[in-house]
Amino acid sequence: MIWLTWRQFRTQAVVAAAALAAVAAALAVTGLRLSHLYGTSGLASCQAHGDCGQLATGFLNQLAAGRAHYYYMIFILGAVLLLVAPALIGMFWGAPLITREIETGSFRLAWNQSVTRTRWLAVKLGLVGLASMTAAGLLSLMLAWWSSPIERATDLAVSRTGAATLNRFAPFLFAAGAITPIGYAAFAFALGVTAGVLIRRTVPAMAVTLAVFAAVQIALPLWVRPYLMPPLHSTTALDAGTISTLNTAPTQMTITPGDSHPGAWIIANQAVTGQGQVFAGAPPGPCMSSTAPYAECAAAINRLHLRQALVYQPASRYWPFQWYETVIFLVLALALAGFCGWWIRRRRLC
Amino acid sequence: MTSLLETHAVGKRYRHRWALSDCTLTIPAGHVVALVGPNGAGKTTLLHLATGLLAPTAGTIEVLGGQPAAGPAQLAKVGFLAQDPAVYAGLSVAEHLRLGAHLNPGWDARLAADRISGLGLDPAQRAGKLSGGQRAQLALTMALAKRAQLLILDEPVASLDPLARRQFLQDLMVAVAGGGLSIIMSSHLIGDLERVCDYLIVLTAARVRLAGEVDRLLGSHQLLTGPRRDRPSLPRGHQVIQENHTGRQTTMLVRGGQPVHDPAWTSSPVGLEDVVLAYLSQPSGQLPGPRPVLEVQR
Repeated sequence: MIWLTWRQFRTQAVVAAAALAAVAAALAVTGLRLSHLYGTSGLASCQAHGDCGQLATGFLNQLAAGRAHYYYMIFILGAVLLLVAPALIGMFWGAPLITREIETGSFRLAWNQSVTRTRWLAVKLGLVGLASMTAAGLLSLMLAWWSSPIERATDLAVSRTGAATLNRFAPFLFAAGAITPIGYAAFAFALGVTAGVLIRRTVPAMAVTLAVFAAVQIALPLWVRPYLMPPLHSTTALDAGTISTLNTAPTQMTITPGDSHPGAWIIANQAVTGQGQVFAGAPPGPCMSSTAPYAECAAAINRLHLRQALVYQPASRYWPFQWYETVIFLVLALALAGFCGWWIRRRRLC
Repeated sequence: MTSLLETHAVGKRYRHRWALSDCTLTIPAGHVVALVGPNGAGKTTLLHLATGLLAPTAGTIEVLGGQPAAGPAQLAKVGFLAQDPAVYAGLSVAEHLRLGAHLNPGWDARLAADRISGLGLDPAQRAGKLSGGQRAQLALTMALAKRAQLLILDEPVASLDPLARRQFLQDLMVAVAGGGLSIIMSSHLIGDLERVCDYLIVLTAARVRLAGEVDRLLGSHQLLTGPRRDRPSLPRGHQVIQENHTGRQTTMLVRGGQPVHDPAWTSSPVGLEDVVLAYLSQPSGQLPGPRPVLEVQR
């Protein structure tokens, strides 16, 4: 059964391996140059001199501008690739796995050998599922190596200025993160197989796989991920000097306090009154005046004794979140695989 | 000895249509069973139920004493050749044999290799490039080399040329003569079936009309010829299956082997083809059940 599964999967595996090799080659060439840039930037030994923030900002600015700015393009492209790869796996490995056998009728040949259809399905799901996870894992690993100078520089820049230029909790970067692609790949693959078993035709099953996977990827950061762990709440005195944005209208002033937790995932960030209500009062006089300096406005705001109410997931929770999400998707993938097994045992395919 | 096929009131419904209903059969092992019936009568459904590709909607079915496709041991006992022989288009002939060897504990590699070379198939050729008949031969080789106790063949000769058909039937007979092999095959070619089969099942409109050993069936039917009578009277125990009237003569195929003493009738023995055609040509509304009923209603 393993031989048959491999023989049927061979072409797809070779195509995927070739694609991975091409990506690896492109990343190796540009990644080595990026490492070289990082090495010559002095960031590696900056701790001794204490000028890390400045150097890191310089390094990042160098990447963002001029001849080297394609590094950011590659960074974004890599993240996109890592997001798209599970969908491709679901569509091109998952959906046809069973539908191809149904469409050609070859499952009748397979099911009349001395192997139960449960084992037939289990071996197919197991081998191609593992291949899916391996492919996604390799891609993630390559991209992590490639982008490590950028991420290190970003961390250093953050610790100095307190402003995150690269938030790894951002939905896009989180999904393209370290281990979640493995969970996504397993889930997308199982989703493709399930769609194939239910719809029994390859092309519609591929379309449904893509649609459902995209919907999950959109819904997840909005409605599920913030609640994987109960967020932390903090209420601190609001210093007008740290205000990030200030919107003044004659009757209402909206204050967005500054971000005091670098790298954290901010779910809510509001200025509240002493009673805990969101501040929505009229702006003090100096803030409405076009001639008064900002310092007067800031002093007036400080006299309101507002507080900053923050709901957030701290940066240290990045890895727990990655693990939670990966495990959730692996469990979902297993549940779908179990459903497929039940379905072909109970419902038959012809 | 366990039965080859034992079904009890088995039925299969697709949405609102019964493809097979109330099918009760007990076929002893060691037979070569012919399954005949018009298109859409439920032959393929019955065969798929026996292989476990389909699950019955009603009733129970046992093949060689076990639930169809219940486990590896049951699967190893039954070989199946589908009507549209399914092969993996991307795999070569040799890879198909390798597949069979991997997936079947009782695989007879020598038989498979001999048959492939005997057929003149190129082992390196992809199955997708074979002709329909060659594909059928490849699928049949796989079913034979599995060394099953029962071969279920759904119209196995339909895509073969006459020479290959004769050779194929000879191969089947050799395999059966080797001992331990039973066969259930459906076909429209009654002439072929007559040569190889010793048990007959006639299916029409989703129901079993006739089932039994060929010798007994032939012995229990007779062809009566006599002067024309529109409502012939027959002794009890005889049942008209088919009647033909010409201007002066009436010919009837009747069920009931006892001699007819009415001197007006001349009795002659029937052939398998006569019996099958008589049952097939009955309008479905008037069909008697598999057990004889005593009087004919017209």
